[in-house]
Amino acid sequence: MSAPLLAVTDLVTEFATRDGALRAVDGASFSVAPGEVLGLVGESGSGKSVTGFSILGLIDPPGRIASGSIRFDGRELVGADDETLRALRGNRIAMIFQDPMMTLNPVLRVDTQMIETVLAHERVSRRAARDRCVDALTRVGIASAGERLEQYPHQFSGGMRQRVAIAIALLNRPALIVADEPTTALDVTVQGQILFEMQALVREAGTALIWITHDLAVIAGLADRIAVMYAGRIVEQGPVAAVLDSPLHPYTRGLLDSVPANNAPGRPLRQIPGMTPSLARLPSGCAFRSRCGQAGPDCAAPVPLAARTDGREVRCVRPLAAGAGA
Amino acid sequence: MTAAAPLLSVRAVSRRFVRRLDVIEKFAARLGSSVREQVVHAVDRVSFDVADGEVVGLVGESGCGKSTLGRVIAGLHPPTEGEVLLAGERVALEPGRRPPIQMIFQDPFASLNPRMRVGDAIAEAPVAHGLVSRADAQEHVAALLRQVGLDPAYARRYPHQFSGGQRARIGIARALAVQPRFLVCDEAVAALDVSIQAQVLNLFMGLRETLGLTYLFISHDLGVVRHLADRVVIMYLGRVVEVGPIGPLYDAPNHPYTQALLAEVPRLDRRGRRYQPIRGEIPSPLDPPPGCHFHPRCPHATARCRTEAPALREVAPGRMSACHLNDA
Repeated sequence: MSAPLLAVTDLVTEFATRDGALRAVDGASFSVAPGEVLGLVGESGSGKSVTGFSILGLIDPPGRIASGSIRFDGRELVGADDETLRALRGNRIAMIFQDPMMTLNPVLRVDTQMIETVLAHERVSRRAARDRCVDALTRVGIASAGERLEQYPHQFSGGMRQRVAIAIALLNRPALIVADEPTTALDVTVQGQILFEMQALVREAGTALIWITHDLAVIAGLADRIAVMYAGRIVEQGPVAAVLDSPLHPYTRGLLDSVPANNAPGRPLRQIPGMTPSLARLPSGCAFRSRCGQAGPDCAAPVPLAARTDGREVRCVRPLAAGAGA
Repeated sequence: MTAAAPLLSVRAVSRRFVRRLDVIEKFAARLGSSVREQVVHAVDRVSFDVADGEVVGLVGESGCGKSTLGRVIAGLHPPTEGEVLLAGERVALEPGRRPPIQMIFQDPFASLNPRMRVGDAIAEAPVAHGLVSRADAQEHVAALLRQVGLDPAYARRYPHQFSGGQRARIGIARALAVQPRFLVCDEAVAALDVSIQAQVLNLFMGLRETLGLTYLFISHDLGVVRHLADRVVIMYLGRVVEVGPIGPLYDAPNHPYTQALLAEVPRLDRRGRRYQPIRGEIPSPLDPPPGCHFHPRCPHATARCRTEAPALREVAPGRMSACHLNDA
């Protein structure tokens, strides 16, 4: 594997609340190489989106990156000034949000917004910028791109809007794209089209992609590696096939077991008992131990994310044996 | 699968929404402008039966009319044409009559009054219909909460004090409060996390067994429907394109749309796959294509598909499909 393009080390992102600082991300470490797709998976409140926002420096008060390091292409992003970040965002690093209307301004025509993105980072003529916009829209599968450029966001369907948002992210040929649940709100057939296009783009341009989602099935088809988050911590990461076929962490196992496709039709689904605990009341040590079937007294002490010889990492005192389970 | 006397019978139900012309547009129309009333055929002559105790999945993408059909079945919208029969009787909401069909919505928070304690919200309907006296209401609520796996003490709390999974359970408790025979669940687990979704799906399956309930389970999630339902109805742009028992239909879908839908679903066992998407998007229901609604996206479309709408016909015992290819 080539040297990582992005290396996140011991990232801690906190939000100040009346009950003290809540750690939305607690010691996340991972890296992404050029052309690699990392799936960042977790349920609501696991810190997966906050991790993505942290990379782009989009954490606003009362949130802050409390400690850790985010190195992108050899440069440290934690503590970098606004100007540095602004020069990177939308240029070398791009983000795609779940709701494309977070990217698009409803009162501006699509061409205005797209050309602006090009001109913000490069001195080219409007004409050249416009040509590049047409090209980007065509690449994400929008027909008659020249005409569609002159329309407003409300004249696009949900799937088309997400394509426009993706096209904007691609405009300046970024080295890294952070995509936060970009297909969750879309229909299955439209999701299939967008996954197809993203796959092709990553493969052709060697772009690194972090795909944040709760949907394990999407990750199975798209990602090279997967990192599973629970209550702000990465509990397991490794190659996608290894993690999905023989999870090491009991939470990953529980998550996979509760997917209907992994259960015999009509039979009760195997479920994880209880609910995700509130970040304000996390148990000491392993955050999952209150719901874990094999927790013992030793789980109450802090558990590090331990690297294994097979390139996988797991944060568990008693990891499941590889190849075991249903 | 369909018994001699189905519990629920949907007969040629259509539901249209019309946007009437305003004064200025009427004036313009009289002067020869081409403005016309806009009609959305949300549901277009849909027929199917649901047997007593059966769970039928209603699957389709956004805008296919599945939610509108669910509302028509629950009696929330009158059908424009056709009728919905429950045990041979027409379903209609009448004041004072206990609704025999209850509906569970995707977002239970939107259907709960934020300023009402959930105990009162659950008790309101059964008290109004005289199922329980006001004095016994508290006990009734406690029993319902226990049935959906919640602590009866929660009755005194307000909706905002619950998590998404708990709200889903409250929505179910409220629907069960009037002892319905039939439940319409509209994307009831779509907003839930995987682990919470498993818990709520298990609750649905448990209730079916203990109460002998019959469900119409509306969902865009083919995996959930496969797990829960006995039969499935696939809709596209207001029309039913295929009906059949879960196993055979998932194993060998007949209609090209069903085939595409099943091929498109991301699956855990499909690694590093190259997606081969079907073309285009669902056309606007304001201006559906003529003939078979699916023909602009169908890889097998012929000239006949562009002009003549295929009828839903039996292709195998218990299986129906609306596709001209079956004639060849």
